Amino acid sequence: MLINRRTFTALAAIGVGGSAHAQFRVEISGVGATQIPIAIPKFRDETKVPHPVSEIIRADLERIGVFRGIDTVAILDETARPDMAEWKAKTADLLLGGSVMRLADGRFDVRAKLWDVVRNKDLGGQSFVVAPGDLRQGAHRVADFVYETITGEKGIFATRIAYVTKSGRSHSLRVADSDGENGQVVITSMDPIISPAWSPNGQEIAYVSFHERQKAVVWAQTISTGARREIAAFRGSNSAPAWAPDGQSLAVTLTRDGASQVYIVGRNGESPRRVTNSASIDTEAVFTPDGKSLLFVSDRGGGPQIYRTPVSGGGAERVSFTGGYNISPAISPDGRYLAYISRQGGAFRVYLADLTGGTPARALTDSSDDESPSFAPNGRLIMYASRAQGRDVLMTTTLDGKVKSKLVSTTADVREPVWGPFGR
Amino acid sequence: MMNSKLAALVAIASLFVAGCASDVKLDDKAATVETRNPVTAGTGNAGKGVTDSPVASVDLTKDGATSAAGRVVYFDYDSYVVKDEYRSVLESQAKTLTANKAKKLVIEGHTDERGGSEYNLALGQKRAQAVLKSLTLLGAADAQLEAVSFGKERPADTGHDEAAYAKNRRAELVSR
Repeated sequence: MLINRRTFTALAAIGVGGSAHAQFRVEISGVGATQIPIAIPKFRDETKVPHPVSEIIRADLERIGVFRGIDTVAILDETARPDMAEWKAKTADLLLGGSVMRLADGRFDVRAKLWDVVRNKDLGGQSFVVAPGDLRQGAHRVADFVYETITGEKGIFATRIAYVTKSGRSHSLRVADSDGENGQVVITSMDPIISPAWSPNGQEIAYVSFHERQKAVVWAQTISTGARREIAAFRGSNSAPAWAPDGQSLAVTLTRDGASQVYIVGRNGESPRRVTNSASIDTEAVFTPDGKSLLFVSDRGGGPQIYRTPVSGGGAERVSFTGGYNISPAISPDGRYLAYISRQGGAFRVYLADLTGGTPARALTDSSDDESPSFAPNGRLIMYASRAQGRDVLMTTTLDGKVKSKLVSTTADVREPVWGPFGR
Repeated sequence: MMNSKLAALVAIASLFVAGCASDVKLDDKAATVETRNPVTAGTGNAGKGVTDSPVASVDLTKDGATSAAGRVVYFDYDSYVVKDEYRSVLESQAKTLTANKAKKLVIEGHTDERGGSEYNLALGQKRAQAVLKSLTLLGAADAQLEAVSFGKERPADTGHDEAAYAKNRRAELVSR
């Protein structure tokens, strides 16, 4: 991040091999029913730039479950006149061609054109000019262009995520691209950092840091400047920040009055107001998209379950019923779905419930150590932490559980993922 | 890619202005390079930003404070009850606190690694509060005590078996 352009070029040259390899780490472990076959030949000149643009685009499009990449060794740019019969024979329904050019000022121009092979139709093209460090971002924007052209919905590939890496005693909160790559350190500490939460405008991140006071304290930090402020540092533990949809307040868990209870504080921690009122544990609150209610975890009935309460306080109604241990609620952007972690027979798995009724809650994974589910801002993917081969890893799944991908595999353990909002 | 000397609160010195999406036509505006003096605190070094969404890093690792291990109270699985065997330990702690009202004690609750980080933080808090309550019943003043939790974040034993879990379900008494 903090490097001059010459250093960047040098690092970029070293990065070519590693980055290309990184793309093959995406593991599609399920097969959806209605995936559109798309051929994405190498973009012209992509081998001359630091990142394998066509592979990044393909991995994005496969991860969301709507597309299936067709293997090809071809190179195709946006000015080509491709022979549709040839691509049809290769079973492609869609074809994406493009080019990458380094401009004189160091920026990259990533161009792409999408064709409908079946109808022999040009579906349009785009050019994205990105800053020198944002080439991967350019690829994600092309993936969004394809996704939006075909589905009519907003794409999420150019959004950002946050997660915590742990290596030895060192904990680093990082902000990364939606595929987990290009992670940049927001804060590093020799003490734990947990529970990152994006502000609705994507400019700030709240989290719990144990370092400064050797106990859990809620902080908020402006990502682009590093400026940080204490949000809650009352007697006892202060944790579980969640921003209200308008960004003007946060729900937090405080123990200043004894038991862990949910409070709402202003965006600078001012005027704490207690929302829940029990002698039990009440924690992990999240706002519903309309900002009127909170979902939270409480063990008032014995084991931890998910409840809903108006932000004004008062009666809480139980939302989760199946199983004796349900925690970490996340609500889809349209307010319809609830993702959470349920313990069933000793395994902790991501579950999905339809809050409008209908289908009963179901497990989306068959793993056993899932944590921290969160929705992509278009609601089409859930990201979560899990364990594989003795490491903490990041995964995504489609809402039907059929397409799963493993993101970043560093030598560090990766935990506490959370998906950021649209815009950056 | 991070500069290892980077300390707290480093702001990005400059950044290249955003290129926007345009419909296939090349956006051939000259790059606007904005140069400002680096805004730094502490011993930060600032370099040139290379992205449109810069991330400034804060490094707390050079800043010492950690707590020393104190006396430990262990708990049974899924239990928040202080066992009788710790009565003498707590009595002597309470005695020390009663004798010296200026003395303060922090009780750090911990859990094993199973389950979510936030719920475990609350469970560790419950253990710490159980010890705090025992100490106040034995005569220590509430104002001398603080119950905090590290949840599952700071295990005493990093193993993944029941023997390790038993060592991690604990409350540590730390003088501050």
